[in-house]
Amino acid sequence: MDWTLFLQLMINGLIVGALYGVVAMCFVLIYKASQVVNFAQGEFVLIGAWVCWFFLTKYQIPFVWGFLLTLVFMVIFGILIQVVVLRPMIGEPVISVIMVTIGLSIVFQALMKWAFGVFAQPFPPIFERESVAVFGLEVRTVYLVSLLVSVGIMAGFAYFFKATRMGLAMRATAFDQQVAQSLGISIRSVFAMAWAISAAVSAVAGVVVGVVNGVSSALSFIGIKVFPAVILGGLDSIVGGVLGGIIIGLVENLAHFVDSQWLHWGNLIEVVPFWVLIVILMIKPYGLFGTRDIERV
Amino acid sequence: MTAAAEPALSPSAAAAPSARPLLAVNNIEVVYADVILVLRGLSLAVPQGQIVALLGANGAGKSTTLKAISGLLKTEDGAITRGEVLFDGQPVHGLEPEAIVRRGIFQVMEGRRIIADMTCLENLRLGAFTRRDRGQVPADIDMVYQYFPRLKERTGLAGYLSGGEQQMLAIGRALMAKPKLILMDEPSMGLSPFLVQEVFHIIRQLVSDLGVTILLVEQNARMALQVASYGYIMERGKVVLDGTAAALAQNEDVKEFYLGGGGGEDRKSFKNLKSYKRRKRWL
Repeated sequence: MDWTLFLQLMINGLIVGALYGVVAMCFVLIYKASQVVNFAQGEFVLIGAWVCWFFLTKYQIPFVWGFLLTLVFMVIFGILIQVVVLRPMIGEPVISVIMVTIGLSIVFQALMKWAFGVFAQPFPPIFERESVAVFGLEVRTVYLVSLLVSVGIMAGFAYFFKATRMGLAMRATAFDQQVAQSLGISIRSVFAMAWAISAAVSAVAGVVVGVVNGVSSALSFIGIKVFPAVILGGLDSIVGGVLGGIIIGLVENLAHFVDSQWLHWGNLIEVVPFWVLIVILMIKPYGLFGTRDIERV
Repeated sequence: MTAAAEPALSPSAAAAPSARPLLAVNNIEVVYADVILVLRGLSLAVPQGQIVALLGANGAGKSTTLKAISGLLKTEDGAITRGEVLFDGQPVHGLEPEAIVRRGIFQVMEGRRIIADMTCLENLRLGAFTRRDRGQVPADIDMVYQYFPRLKERTGLAGYLSGGEQQMLAIGRALMAKPKLILMDEPSMGLSPFLVQEVFHIIRQLVSDLGVTILLVEQNARMALQVASYGYIMERGKVVLDGTAAALAQNEDVKEFYLGGGGGEDRKSFKNLKSYKRRKRWL
């Protein structure tokens, strides 16, 4: 047994899992607010990363400004997608809406390849120091920052939904649209806002992964990994999405460890999350935190 | 909490609707899904600072009337195809529901409809969603707690409140919006007679303390006519009878159909019971 490798993989799992958790939250946000299963979530991640890369390399602007511009871009992008593509689909059958988001995913995937090419592109170096020492362990700065960013986003979400007026309005809309309207909440703006937040936060995850691995169309794999995470957590639970993401991140790295030490099947890391997905659907279809309605009359 | 300090029945300041009522519904026709005609030329007026009761059998169109006023009709594929709804002299028909809430009309929907997976406090804060004076909100939450002290003790999710507490929360949430007009759809639904008393007692207090105006839809006609100053009776999408609450409560037909008993001396004998069938409908 190689304990250093094990520890390394678990830390990897935690960091990647936190990123899955962030994207899963975005997915759940859209699903809860507007009942749309967004198959294009991974492409939001991809677009965010490419746009940020574009600002940084083509215009040579400082990272902070490029990053903020990317967020602004993604907010507008999310609202546009919702208003132009999804709003006319309100009231259509679920399967039609799913087909639309799958379509969006394919279009954006191709569009990004067309615009930026098929090869992975590295981000310009952002941090002065490659790695920092934490408790005697050398940790790459990007990983540390990535974990901090993920935790920061999660705390931000928690604050938003607990304490802000719009956060409460979103929860109310998710619970019962008619009641939300009776309270004076415009569900159109709630929908648009959910998509805007979701797109912008996904982009943050995209930039982080892009900084670590470089940007390429492979980045949208996060969108696929998000499914096991949200199913595990319960499709409509934000907390569930976060935990599901972290668990999936740990499990796939654990599988990688087992694979590399004993089994030598290869690529178990890619497959195991989907085994989890299938098992969860069979034994606990609501996931860990999925709602069963409170009913008391 | 007891209803000990129960004041006398509402002062009969009622009389007929004044010159320009707060809400005037003029001859509206409502159609669901483009084909189902539910309201056929309904008119009513609600004067400022009073409780007006809207009574009628199931399916008469009472709830539809409220939804037509609050705009929630739109969420159920309904539309006002004729007539007008004037609030403070301004037309509000055809506006989005959220715009109507901002004008000051708030509907407490049938069956409470509180947000079950939020706490009481969060529900109350949501009620104030459209308010501009946000600094005032905590003070108003305290005010709601004064009317409904038991809500303050409940810190868990609103879904676990009892039916009566949920109704109180629904009314409290409406107060948080500081509306000029509250549309109340069956506040007594599913409550014990004692709780009904309590809820209506509070509703009457709200009107006298805060000066809100209430349009009240009720199945419990006896209770509604006790608190209201004016009443309308609906049947099949139209108002068939209206008058002061006191007059309606004395009306033989109303007594017979909504209050039970009544029907005068001749009802005492079974051989006269045919009159019931003959007079069952006004139309």
